[in-house]
Amino acid sequence: MSPSGAEVLREIKSRIDEVDPAQVREQSSNGAVVIDVREPEEWAAGHIPGAKHVPKSYLESRIEGAAPDRAQHLILYCASGNRSAWATRTLVEDLGYEHVESMTGGFTLWKDRGYEVEQPRTLTAEQRERYSRHLLLPEVGVEGQQKLLDAKVLLLGAGGLGSPAALYLAAAGVGTLGIVDNDEVDVSNLQRQVIHSTERIGVSKVDSAEQTITALNPDVKVKKYDLRLGPENIMDVLPGYDVVVDGLDNFPTRYLLNDASVRLGIPVVSAAILGFEGQLSVFKPYDGPCYRCLFPVPPPAELAPSCGANGVLGVLPGTMGLLQATEVVKLILGEGDPLIGRLLMYDALAATFTEVRVRRDPQCPICSREPDAISDEEMGAFPDYEAFCAGAH
Amino acid sequence: MAVVRIPPVLRPAVGGEKELSADGASVRDVLESVAERHPDTQAQLFSADGQLNRYVNVYLNDEDVRVLEGLETQVGDSDTLVILPAMAGGARR
Repeated sequence: MSPSGAEVLREIKSRIDEVDPAQVREQSSNGAVVIDVREPEEWAAGHIPGAKHVPKSYLESRIEGAAPDRAQHLILYCASGNRSAWATRTLVEDLGYEHVESMTGGFTLWKDRGYEVEQPRTLTAEQRERYSRHLLLPEVGVEGQQKLLDAKVLLLGAGGLGSPAALYLAAAGVGTLGIVDNDEVDVSNLQRQVIHSTERIGVSKVDSAEQTITALNPDVKVKKYDLRLGPENIMDVLPGYDVVVDGLDNFPTRYLLNDASVRLGIPVVSAAILGFEGQLSVFKPYDGPCYRCLFPVPPPAELAPSCGANGVLGVLPGTMGLLQATEVVKLILGEGDPLIGRLLMYDALAATFTEVRVRRDPQCPICSREPDAISDEEMGAFPDYEAFCAGAH
Repeated sequence: MAVVRIPPVLRPAVGGEKELSADGASVRDVLESVAERHPDTQAQLFSADGQLNRYVNVYLNDEDVRVLEGLETQVGDSDTLVILPAMAGGARR
């Protein structure tokens, strides 16, 4: 007569090495690899910190991914110590692992002893549904979506560029969107500032943007800054953000933003538009050039079209703002080649993209120095700072 | 003849053209030939001492001429010069 499962298990346990949870804590800090062989939903409900997850049903095919070296000291655990005993036997007797132990009492005993437990963050059922097209992409997945949900992005302006960027970043699940704008919605904005609407004419842009974002995705927390960014407030606003989306309409603030973002180490995704043409680049402090490396000084006012009202094709800031949003998402996910050290020019009428290289300037007055060396007085400074564009806004 | 791309802010100075063809063996020659035909571009491209204004970048194909040999960089017939002044402009109003 064949032995019962319980008899086989007893027999296996007599052959393999077992280890008490107290020793596991000690040995994992001495380099032993702890492997959780339970099912995914058990793992998701909590596991030993630092453990790797190889479900028993995939043990033979996946163990080499977690522990390629057969001489490596492995400690397996399950809920009570039985499945891990079977798995230990498999690794030792079938796969030739030399030093494998099964944790007695499993995760249940571990928790009863009051040892620390890591609770993996999971998406809610609603989030799994909402972001399902992201989750299907290996470059995003649950981990990438968590990064997006954890990310804090600051939008300078809820205008032509900021509107489309904010909409898509909100839709993508970027968890915190800061919006700096001290304007009110005007009917002439609506040709391109798609986050606002006709019924919100006269409403502050930050309030209007918040309403649209919250209606689109309640996961997103909106932080409103109903102010004009300047030297007196920039160091209160910027810290804590992971990426800044720059849709600024004037040079003084653009230089100020550059200097502050270099000092704080925050990447800036910058775009500018005029007529039918746009420019885009990513300034990631110390990884690539900063804005001053590209343009050490601003043009004189007569060559600075931002100093007056200019025409712009309504869809152009849409295109450029979405290119910005794309770069932001890439930076958050750490995927792809960001537009660092490159400047992209888009000509809508010709339907052409042109790219030029932007180098770090070893003599750059700002980013050639350590962040701490950049003083408050220097930030945003350039000749005629006060006079520049005076009265143009 | 090299092709010179004219940015939006300079187009009024060249009769609205987006691209010009200009002769010249060096970046300086090409830009001076543009300035000769379109005198309004002179002060926008060059400072009083004949150097390129610091707020204007010029690229030979995709490389900043300042990391090449500046205005003395050689230009071939099939090259494109891109003139790029700083642009600021969200579209607030």
